[in-house]
Formats: sequence, C-alpha cells, structure tokens
Amino acid sequence: MLYYVFKKLAQVIPTLLGLSVLIFLMIHLVPGDPAEMMLGERANEQSLKELRHQLGLDLPLYVQYGRFIGRLVQGDLGRALRTNEKITTEIKEHFPATVELSLVAIVFAIVFGMLAGIVSATRQYSLFDYGSMVLSLIGVSMPIFWLGLVLMIIFSVKLGWLPLSGRLSYDIVLEPITHLYLVDSILQGNWAAFKDALHHLIMPAFTLSTIPMAIIARMTRSSMLEVLRQDYIRTAKAKGLSPRIVHYKHALKNALIPVVTIIGLQFSILLGGAILTETIFAWPGIGSWLLHSVYARDFNAVQGGTMIIAIVFVLINLLVDITYAWINPRIKV
Amino acid sequence: MEAATVKNIYKSHSPLVEALMRLHKNRTAVVGLVVVGIFVFLALFGHWIAPHDPFEQSLYTKLKPPFWEPKYAEGYFLGTDDFGRDLLSRIIYGARISMLVGTVSVSISLFFGTIAGAVAGFYRGWIDIVIMRLMDILLAIPSILLAIVIVAFLGPSLENAMIAIGVVSIPRYARIVRGSVLEEYSKDYVQAARSLGASDFRLIFIHILPNCLAPLIVQTTLGFASAILEAAALSFLGLGAQPPTPEWGAMLASGRALILRAWWVVTFPGIMILLAVLGFNLLGDGLRDALDPRLRD
Repeated sequence: MLYYVFKKLAQVIPTLLGLSVLIFLMIHLVPGDPAEMMLGERANEQSLKELRHQLGLDLPLYVQYGRFIGRLVQGDLGRALRTNEKITTEIKEHFPATVELSLVAIVFAIVFGMLAGIVSATRQYSLFDYGSMVLSLIGVSMPIFWLGLVLMIIFSVKLGWLPLSGRLSYDIVLEPITHLYLVDSILQGNWAAFKDALHHLIMPAFTLSTIPMAIIARMTRSSMLEVLRQDYIRTAKAKGLSPRIVHYKHALKNALIPVVTIIGLQFSILLGGAILTETIFAWPGIGSWLLHSVYARDFNAVQGGTMIIAIVFVLINLLVDITYAWINPRIKV
Repeated sequence: MEAATVKNIYKSHSPLVEALMRLHKNRTAVVGLVVVGIFVFLALFGHWIAPHDPFEQSLYTKLKPPFWEPKYAEGYFLGTDDFGRDLLSRIIYGARISMLVGTVSVSISLFFGTIAGAVAGFYRGWIDIVIMRLMDILLAIPSILLAIVIVAFLGPSLENAMIAIGVVSIPRYARIVRGSVLEEYSKDYVQAARSLGASDFRLIFIHILPNCLAPLIVQTTLGFASAILEAAALSFLGLGAQPPTPEWGAMLASGRALILRAWWVVTFPGIMILLAVLGFNLLGDGLRDALDPRLRD
C-alpha cells in the first residue's frame, strides 16, 4: 500500500511541474504586450514599464519561470492587480464557499442519483424506470448555466420560495470560523443563519449536481441490473428471502463498487461546473473570483488562481486513487 | 439446395451496412440522428426558414412574448428580445454557429489528437512518454477552466473559443488513437505491409488508422456535444461569441438581466442548446453500441 502511495505521488510531481510550465507560458500567449493588455491602450510608457518590471516581464524567460516556481513553493503568488490584495489571501477567502457548494452538490448527486438508479433497476421497464432514465439522459446534456436561470425564474421570481443569489441574507449575522456557513451556524447554534444559508444553497447546489446526478443514476442502474442477473441473487430469492433483503442486502453492496469509482470522477465536472454555477448565483467562490480576474485582465491573478485550482484538483484525484486502492486492493495490480 | 442455404447464412454485408443496420435497431440512436439531422438542416438552410433578419432591430416590437400570450406581436412566434429582434430567427441562426463551432473545434482536436496518438502508439519509447505526459497535464485541469484560461489570454472571441475548446479536447482523441494503434500494431497485416516495404506514414495512415475508426467516430460525435455545450458556456460568460451574434450562449447572457420581465428570452436559446447536445449524445451512444459492441457498458 505504502509503495502504491509513493508511486502515485511520484507521478503527481512531473504533472504538477508540467502544469506550472503550461500555466506560466500562458501569459506569453497574449497577442502583443501583456502589460498593455492589462492597463489598456491609453496607459503611459512609465506605468507600462513599471508593470512590466513588477511582473518580471522584462527578464529572460527562464529567470521568470524560476521566480514563478520559487514563489509558488513558498506559497506566494504575488498580488492581484484588481484589488492589490495578496492572491493567496483572496483564494483563501473564496475557497470555502466553493468547497461548501461542491460538497452539498455531490451529496445531492449521490443521494438522488443512487436512489433513482436503485429504484429503476429493481423496477426495470416500469414507468419510474423510463421516467428517470429519460431525465438522466436530459441531465447529462444539460447546459447548467441555463438550468440555473430557469430554476431562478421558477423558484425565486414566480414562486418566491428561494433567494435569488448570494450565500447569506444581509440581515443575518454569522461569525466566520470555518467559513463553511452551514458548519459555522451549527457550531454557534445560530439556527436562523443555518436556515438562511441552507435556503441560499439549495438552488446552486442542485444546479451543480445535475450532471453528476444523472451519471450516477445511470451507472447505479446498469451496475445493479448486472448484479441482479447473477446466480447468488437467484439463490437468495430461491431461499425465499424477501425482495427487499435481496435487493438492499445482497445486491446493492456489490453493485456499488463501480458507482464509487464513478463518483470520484465527478470532481472534474464539479469544479468546472462551479465556475458557471457561481457566476449565475453570484456565489462568492473561487470560480467567480477567477472569472472576475479574467474580466479585469488581471493575468497575475488568473495564473495564480489556475495554478492553485490545478494543484487542488490533482491532489483530490490522487486522494481518490489512493482511497480506491484502499477499498479495493485489486486495483493496485 | 444445401449449398444455397449455407451461402445465405454466411451472406455478409460490409461493416458499414452492418453498423447501419444495428444503428437502425437502436431507438435512441434513431432519435438522436433525427435531432442532429434537424439541426444540420437548420444550419444549412436557416436563411430560408427564418421569418426575419436575426439582426433586424425595431422599437415597436421590443420584448414581445410568444404567440400564446396576450401581448403577442403578429409574425414573431417565439417573441422578441429587448432590441425587438425576432427570437425564432435568432435561435435558427444560432444552429449555424453551434454547428460551425462543433465542426471547427472537433476538427482541431481530431486532427492533432489523431496525429499525437498515432505517433505515440506507433513509435512508443520516449516519444510516447513525452506525448502522453503532455496529454495527462492537459487532462489535469477541468476542461472548461482550461478553455476559460486560454480564451482569457488569447482574448474573447468566437474564433478563440473554438481554438480553446479544440485544444482542451485533444487528449481524449490522442488516448483513443494511441490505444487502438497499440492494439493493431502487432497484428499480422501490419507486419505484412511492413515487409512489403510500406513507409511509416503509409503504415499509420493507410493501414492502421482505418482499423481504429470505430471508437474515433463515436468520440467525434460525443465531441460535438461537448463542444457545443462548452462554446455556449464560454459565450454565456462573455468569452466566446460577442453580441449581437445570435449564438445561443451569448443570447442567454444578454437575456439574463431580463429574467424578471421576459422569461422567453432566456428559455428558448437554452432549450436549443439542450436539444442539440442531447441529439449528439444520443447519436454517440447509439453509434457506440452499433460500431463497437465491446465498448457497451
């Protein structure tokens, strides 16, 4: 096991180095002068020169990369031009919002996706089966930025059940501890804040969960159907066990192995989807922060932010791989 | 008599005809094919079908609702946007842009992905390691994020969005082609061609690649779906097609401010995106079943 962990870790390092080169070189994709792009056409020569110097654009490429990596290792990404705050500080501020949104979304996806898949499989060719499979087909093709808008029209504009955007109402006071508002409000016993935070979370989290939910539902159904065809299930039924016990005690456990694998793969979709979801619902997470940096042509922040997201993403995938190997030792072969 | 029966049993069709027959039996694939066909038709002949010029503005027809609502303006079936432009005509023209985006970006990723994968699988050794590591790096970032970052640096436009989407999908094709080339490489027919003196280029492109087509065709179809979706997302974020281009994602973006007053402006472009993506996904799934039964899940 330890050997496997080391092997995986060793694979991550060249990937991260390659990523850093790629992200570093991106600023040189800018047609023309990046400093001019950032400050606009009317910037004077003096301020352009200063910015070039500040960003190190006047240095040879390898020196620039060396500095980029050197600072990265020390956890320093420079300052965001837009706010003049440290980029790491800004990322720290915005990350918990994305984490909270993604976690709730994945919980939605797992709970509803699995439920739909299991019920579909145990009642194959029923109306529920057809309905949920059609829905899941639609789900995987869903432009979630549109779904978010439609949900807003229905639940906020027409019905007025849920807040339109944001993380918390203005009149609610919550002392940040973990910056995960649900957790913070529980820790403080502030149930008004909990309810408010939950209300704000439902629509964005549901929007973000659509595609993973559909994928999980389809996977659970097909995996469960395969298991239900096996001999030991027939034996269990022949012994006279109730269908409920056969389905949930005998079949489900084995059917879930491929589903767990699929769940790990959903993080890519979640992180990508978070950018869109956060933009629609004005959710103050890392995705909307990055996008605002893009709009402001703050290339420094875009570079830093992308690098951090990429590192987190690679580490999550590493963790997922190791967890699988731990759950299912056959994977290591 | 007996000979005739035996002949009948073994009467085989060409692989293409067989695949088409299997595709025909797959109901979802047929639905997908019909939907895709409609969008291709709209893309090609939209200018004949669209009742209005998609760019024509009018103060008199501002924000008119679709035909079943009381304030409906004659001749504007799905209503109009805040510039008085006909929504139906705009979403019809949008089909052309989405098909164009799909074609261009899929061509980019297909072209470079195939070459990279074929070279990696054929030559193996260090060149394989370098190429596939590079592909792993591209896969290490969520594709929409990478596309956003590329467009951010290149500058927001539909052309750059197509390039970005094409680039981020290269690894998918490279992996498929590499896998198939590795599998085909050791087969007898490749050795036979090689012993006849065929060049590497001929071996790869004339002999090996045609035998790797099935998974590529499936991936290309599914690639259209994700390209359309990603392009719409980029345009929605203001990084792809710019107004007044009648691109579905861009239409959603400019309609966002109107959701309190005019739901139709954000509803119909979204439905078009959903249908187009769904069509290609259904067709791709069906093709997978028909062309490559091994890939069925």
